[in-house]
Amino acid sequence: MAPSFDHLRDEDLDDEDFDMDEVDISDLREKYEVQLEQGYDTFVVVDGLPAVTEELKPKLIKFLLKKLNSVGRTSEDAIYMPMGDDGKSLRFAFVEFSSAAEAAAAVRQLDFVPLDKKNTLRVNKLTDVDRYGREGRIDEEYTPPAIDEFEEKEHLRSFMADPSGRGRDQFVMFRGETVGVFWNNEKDQPENVVDRQQWTETFVQWSPLGTYLTSVHAQGVLLWGGPSWARLRRFPHPFVNLVAFSPNEKYLVTWSNRPISIPDSGHPSLSLDDDGKNYVIWDIETSKPLRSFAQQDTPAAGDDPAKKPAKFPWPAFKWSADDKYVARLNQGTSISVYELPKMNLLDKTAIKIEGVMDFEWAPATPRRDGVKAYEQLFCFWTPEIGSNPARVGLMSIPSKQIVRSLNLFSVSDAKLHWQSDSSYICVKVDRHSKSKKSQATTLEIFRVKEKGVPVEVVDTIKDTVINFAWEPKGDRFVIITTTEPVGVTAVPPKTSVAFFCPEKAKGNAVGNFKHLRTLEKKNSNAIYWSPKGRFVVVATVANTQSSDLDFFDVDFEGEKPEGEKDLTANLQLMNTSEHYGITDIEWDPSGRYVATWASAWKHSMENGYHLYDFRGELLREEPVEKFKQWAWRPRPPTLLTKEEQKQVRKNLREYSRVFEQEDAERISSADVAVVEARRRQLLDWYSWRETTEEELIEERLALGLPENPLAELLKEKTAEVATVVGEAEEQVIEEIMEEVLEETEEIVN
Amino acid sequence: MRPILLSGHERALTQVRYNPDGDLIFSVSKDQQICVWFAHNGERLGTYRGHQGAIWTIDVDPTSTILASGSADNTIRLWDIKTGKCLKTWDFPTAVKRVEFNEDGTQLLGVTEKRMGHMGTIVVLDVKIDVEAEQTDEKALTIVCEESKATVAGWSYLSKYIIAGHEDGSISQFDGKSGDLLYNFPIHELNQQITDLQWSQDRTYFITSSKDKTAKLISAKELEVFKSYATDTPLNSAAIAPNKDFVILGGGQAAMDVTTTSARQGKFEARFYHKIFEDEIGRVRGHFGPLNTVAADPTGKGYASGGEDGYVRVHAFDKGYYDFMYEVERERANKLAAAAATAMA
Repeated sequence: MAPSFDHLRDEDLDDEDFDMDEVDISDLREKYEVQLEQGYDTFVVVDGLPAVTEELKPKLIKFLLKKLNSVGRTSEDAIYMPMGDDGKSLRFAFVEFSSAAEAAAAVRQLDFVPLDKKNTLRVNKLTDVDRYGREGRIDEEYTPPAIDEFEEKEHLRSFMADPSGRGRDQFVMFRGETVGVFWNNEKDQPENVVDRQQWTETFVQWSPLGTYLTSVHAQGVLLWGGPSWARLRRFPHPFVNLVAFSPNEKYLVTWSNRPISIPDSGHPSLSLDDDGKNYVIWDIETSKPLRSFAQQDTPAAGDDPAKKPAKFPWPAFKWSADDKYVARLNQGTSISVYELPKMNLLDKTAIKIEGVMDFEWAPATPRRDGVKAYEQLFCFWTPEIGSNPARVGLMSIPSKQIVRSLNLFSVSDAKLHWQSDSSYICVKVDRHSKSKKSQATTLEIFRVKEKGVPVEVVDTIKDTVINFAWEPKGDRFVIITTTEPVGVTAVPPKTSVAFFCPEKAKGNAVGNFKHLRTLEKKNSNAIYWSPKGRFVVVATVANTQSSDLDFFDVDFEGEKPEGEKDLTANLQLMNTSEHYGITDIEWDPSGRYVATWASAWKHSMENGYHLYDFRGELLREEPVEKFKQWAWRPRPPTLLTKEEQKQVRKNLREYSRVFEQEDAERISSADVAVVEARRRQLLDWYSWRETTEEELIEERLALGLPENPLAELLKEKTAEVATVVGEAEEQVIEEIMEEVLEETEEIVN
Repeated sequence: MRPILLSGHERALTQVRYNPDGDLIFSVSKDQQICVWFAHNGERLGTYRGHQGAIWTIDVDPTSTILASGSADNTIRLWDIKTGKCLKTWDFPTAVKRVEFNEDGTQLLGVTEKRMGHMGTIVVLDVKIDVEAEQTDEKALTIVCEESKATVAGWSYLSKYIIAGHEDGSISQFDGKSGDLLYNFPIHELNQQITDLQWSQDRTYFITSSKDKTAKLISAKELEVFKSYATDTPLNSAAIAPNKDFVILGGGQAAMDVTTTSARQGKFEARFYHKIFEDEIGRVRGHFGPLNTVAADPTGKGYASGGEDGYVRVHAFDKGYYDFMYEVERERANKLAAAAATAMA
């Protein structure tokens, strides 16, 4: 047993050698001394109050209290409003809150809030007033802040101008530890734009309009771009895991599973308010954090313990199409909608929707028939609660009006799928029978742009729908169904792929959605529409048994089957292909190419990529060791007007003639270069051979050796054999003839 | 034409060699047997018995009189090709990984393994190409590889240099007489071992294959890397085709990883690359294990490959192989033919 303090005898302590005063503990004291509550953190200074007399003062305080209590707890006694010599108040007050966090909230939420028509509140922390306003800190004279000289910045959209004039698209590849950006060269080696070692620690991501390339590091997120690929922005969110952009690249959400902890020494851009938070919303232009949020507890798995805890939802913050609003689901209770750029809660309260399970913003600013006012829409659904039916609702923001709602029964789950123009939303409803034994799926389609938002029910599908995808900018969709629920089986069940499209209708109206065709006994599990519509790839990804790719055209220009005359689609399978071990697929933004790859993140077999054209013709395949990620650089929307686009389409033949000629010239000149290079290589090689052979013969002669050592040796040997056998030399030659004969036999065989 | 399947071995092949006339194929494997076959029909002529360990390497003298073999039983043996008699046994402290005769058959080199405290060495033995003669016990030369052990080695033209490929991916050039190290260059990726080294017919240049998935064509004198052939699989062997400007490469997923990957993953194919243009020209499938060794028929009529699967496959080239030419090659051939014609006239 180790001697404890009790066992120490007095004589063991060398008292005489020890003098407390000699030991310098000031450094330790500094480090460990308990920081006494300074007490000022809970105080704020409220400016901008009207001047009042002593009689009116209680009234003002009462009025003020109402405002203050909306963000924290304070009381009449905690407000001190100093009075001037003239009997009137000095137009400011000190307020003490019950905690520092409340004081901080007051500063954030009440600053600049109008009190009445004339007066606007200014709320500051007392500590800040003390820190910045103390005597000597402020010059008596006003000196205007120095404005930096204007500096020309790099053109962030220079990537839109392909130097070769061919309108190629860029993509980023992350393989091994290297990240590179390339121009797509179809069949040829992609042209490297920039290639950097360890550019990112976990993954890379393009911003939605392609302006920035995002790299993710333990210290935070970096944005890169411009022709020199310089570092453009820094968002220091420590241990960041995931990143999401707002649709117009104005804001950025970062998330880390570790709550932020602000060190004592401070943090370059986050403040103490952000301590313990998981999400940060940043303004990209200024690189400043707008607001941070803590992670919500994932809702308990309920009474069923076997059920896995709900998967962590990402993106947790969903953006409206115009970056004006961002919203977060508070599962089961409400949706919090925040207004940008101030990040204040819309109308200061979350929108209460009992039981709400999920919501999705309209991906484009909707244009409803007969609605002129500005609005954004989101769709949400609530499950059955008690005797109340399940409900799907469409809410307009900022009015918070429910535009349309639909009651549903026997709902076990619902998924919301917006069409890219916000023309439709399809709600995929999984229903169960009363016994909860059999399942069925219905597709409820809201026609958002039509008057009154009519809802159409498309077919009841007996099988489980495992995937759904709208045609971008179109009105057709593809679903994948399977007979058995997808479980943990060694062999995934067979699936069916079904195509739907509207019927032909008069005028501009869109007819009812009808089933077009179903392809059975497939393995497919994923749908990838071309971003321009019309073409779709149905694939089997992340499957060890099969890896098929089917390329379809839904506007095939050939003959149309009789039975489908009334439908607005003509389905044709253009090509099938296989890419072993495929894990991901992505269309390029122009809809001309499809990249498929097998990522080392998922497995280590045959990592690399394939490149197809939209028809499914394989252009290029390249196995790459430790290939991780491919991402096409997105393009911002076109600047051409509708008319100009129409014009281009009309004159397509003329344009394409120019391009075709260019292509042909380029290919032929490339061929010439290759042939030239080969000719040179051939010449180099043979001239080397010639000199070497000459040298060799010279050396041999110099050494007195025969020119051909082997022939000499063989001659000796044959001579030897000849003497042994005792036959004439002529016969030896005959033997050689025999060998030749044997050779002819071989050919006959 | 259908390949000839030589199924006389019970374990993985380690080396396959043609004699200079191209009519015999010698093969060795981990099953402790040396087999000799007729190249034209695949008939087995006989076996050479005596080794008591996996045999790693074999070579034939230029006159097809005697045979040298190196084995994991720590010996190099000399055999009479005709009678199968073992003529001589040299003992070493460790396994022998490579043997090779020089161009006039007067000397034999052996590469010994680094193990049990013994450094890897390259030894040179004087031999007499005579089945009757007494072979000497003395080593003419011993080169100790102190840096990284040699895995393969061979004689250059005129026995001027000994070229060795090392475990660390470098190659060394030694003086053929004194054994002095002249140069050591890293050629392949660091610590990706060189698995094979085979010569052009006149021994002025050679090809190396490596686990780094490339093969390189290098000059013997200046050690200049002329060409590099990049593949998608670790390579075990590389040979230079005579008469045509092709090289033959063999490899595949490392034997120990094969069972954990699908067959399509294995890449058990012989690959043909254009020697000068470095392009892949074709692949030959058939083995169901990695290719451990490839050998080109010195007469240019075919090639043989030995696999981890225990088979030797002997392929005869067909018309397409002889006719295959790049546009620029045909151009050159036509020019030469025209020049010859005018010279004749």
